[in-house]
Amino acid sequence: MRSLALLLLPFLLLVCGPAGGQDVKDTLEQRLLACAACHGKRGEGLKAEEYYPRIAGKPAGYLYNQLINFRERRRHAPPMNYMVAYLSDDYLREIAGHYAALSPAHPPPARPPSKEALARAEALIWRGDPLRKIPACIACHGEALTGMAPAIPGLLGLNARYIAAQIGAWRNHLRRAQQPDCMAAIAGQLQPPEIAAVSAWLASRRVPADWTPLPEGSLKLPMDCGGI
Amino acid sequence: MKGLALLLALGVALVLAVQFGSPPEEVSPPAAAGGASVERGRYLVRAANCFSCHTAPGGAPYAGGRPIETPFGTLYSSNITPDPETGIGRWSADDLWRALHEGKSRDGSLLYPAFPYTHYTRLRRADADAMFAYLRTVPAVRHANAPHRMRFPYDKRPLLAGWRALHFEQASFKEDPGRSEQWNRGAYLVEVLGHCGACHGERGGSMPMQGWYAPALASERDSGLGAWPVEEIVELLKTGVAPRGAVFGPMAEVVRDSLQHLTGEDLTAMAVYLKSRREADDSSAPGGALVSSGQRAELMKQGAVLYREHCAGCHQKNGEGVPRIYPPLAGNSAILMRNPVNAIRITLNGGFPPSTAGNPRPYGMPPFAHQLSDRQVAAVVTYVRGAWGNGAAPVSPGEVASGRGVPLN
Repeated sequence: MRSLALLLLPFLLLVCGPAGGQDVKDTLEQRLLACAACHGKRGEGLKAEEYYPRIAGKPAGYLYNQLINFRERRRHAPPMNYMVAYLSDDYLREIAGHYAALSPAHPPPARPPSKEALARAEALIWRGDPLRKIPACIACHGEALTGMAPAIPGLLGLNARYIAAQIGAWRNHLRRAQQPDCMAAIAGQLQPPEIAAVSAWLASRRVPADWTPLPEGSLKLPMDCGGI
Repeated sequence: MKGLALLLALGVALVLAVQFGSPPEEVSPPAAAGGASVERGRYLVRAANCFSCHTAPGGAPYAGGRPIETPFGTLYSSNITPDPETGIGRWSADDLWRALHEGKSRDGSLLYPAFPYTHYTRLRRADADAMFAYLRTVPAVRHANAPHRMRFPYDKRPLLAGWRALHFEQASFKEDPGRSEQWNRGAYLVEVLGHCGACHGERGGSMPMQGWYAPALASERDSGLGAWPVEEIVELLKTGVAPRGAVFGPMAEVVRDSLQHLTGEDLTAMAVYLKSRREADDSSAPGGALVSSGQRAELMKQGAVLYREHCAGCHQKNGEGVPRIYPPLAGNSAILMRNPVNAIRITLNGGFPPSTAGNPRPYGMPPFAHQLSDRQVAAVVTYVRGAWGNGAAPVSPGEVASGRGVPLN
């Protein structure tokens, strides 16, 4: 028996040996090098001034919804639409879980905006504008803006241009979520100076040491939102 | 001026079509009563890949609405669920047969040939009836067809008669008695149901508005299938990856939505048929006229450095790749084919092969569009086309610049 195995060994090596003589790791990190090119190996997003957002540590449900929204063209960002076009729900769920579990270091915060912008932003962040049906940001994203499991993202540690572009994309219907799409309704009410102020304010905040999203159900949401 | 000429040409063709072109109505055999099996129809609908076009991204299966960009405007696929108002709930098996076989809608209007009736015309009637029986069973979805947005004069459907006179003939599938049953089955799957030729024309096809090139399947330089073992072709079609290559872009969609669902027996028949169709490549200039030999030497040198830095980690030092994970680049026809757009595109945009039952978690290729300049991409593509005995023509930075402009969807 043993001699048979020895006899077969060279053939097995011939069949199984990687052609390049180099083992390819069977890890998600290796499978997802395509994502790392822009979002970084650990989902950190690249350098602070670059546009590609941090995806590490965002709630898994949020990341999964976004991947599905890209695949199904509710969100419009051609490199992402193309990248995930032929990937299955199961694989996208696994990818979302992978990045949700990572916690690379956060970049240093950006400089704060002008006093006037600061005041404008803080009013919306803490109180919203009930007259225009704009809830406070903290009403859904949490007092510390860490988001809430499973699908509401944290808002800190992102580039101001990225945040502004997302709110703009909601206004222009290039970014959509499952119905009812509350962020679309909110973004539709925001004026451009408000978007700039809120984005700059968020980017200027230091990310707290504990950056885990709130547990599911810890906030009573002021609006009915799809996919959450 | 060009538009006017085209219009006149279409007009003349229309007149000709009316006078000479209309073939006598063929009397179709009656649908085999009760013989049409829903299960067989489900399989045939998969093999014909009705799903990909008749399902919008994120939309209900077969409810239509997927935009199909053409050089003449945008077409929207139709709802083929059994909804009576917005789908084909009021259609009979004869109506579907007429669409597939004659390229005419239920009301007699001419269908745009984005619907590949030029291939489906040779479907067997019994298969069309089975497909109809299956389509009756998919969930009915109320979803009104979006009006096409074709530019004048292409929005005038009667003018399609001119196009049809030149490019369409009703036909039926004739088995070649000199070939095996397997070969004939493969021919039917490739040429009729799978309508592979809709993209993979005899001389290969640049896919309009998509910036992909569908290689000529019979050409050694384009597809290289002659050298592939049958079982590796089957593996590629079934799982999206094989030792010698992987599918990307539109072909990834075909594998995900259609081919992976076919039996090994049918895929083998397709592979056998495809391998039998070998045509000698013409020996005309191999392209690359935009690059002088001095420039080529420069690009090769720069490309070799870039290759070691960015590519060799996955595709290996000598382009040998890692089977089923990272396609080899040495001797890979997707790299060697005369038209370099796919190699440029994949270098710029990366991508994943499809998730399939056989390869559910594919390894991806990173995009380099944001890291490398046009010249650097030209260098690295020139290098992989030229190194390791590949011998394909160099690529110019200008060709890369056009590759950046193609839509990614």
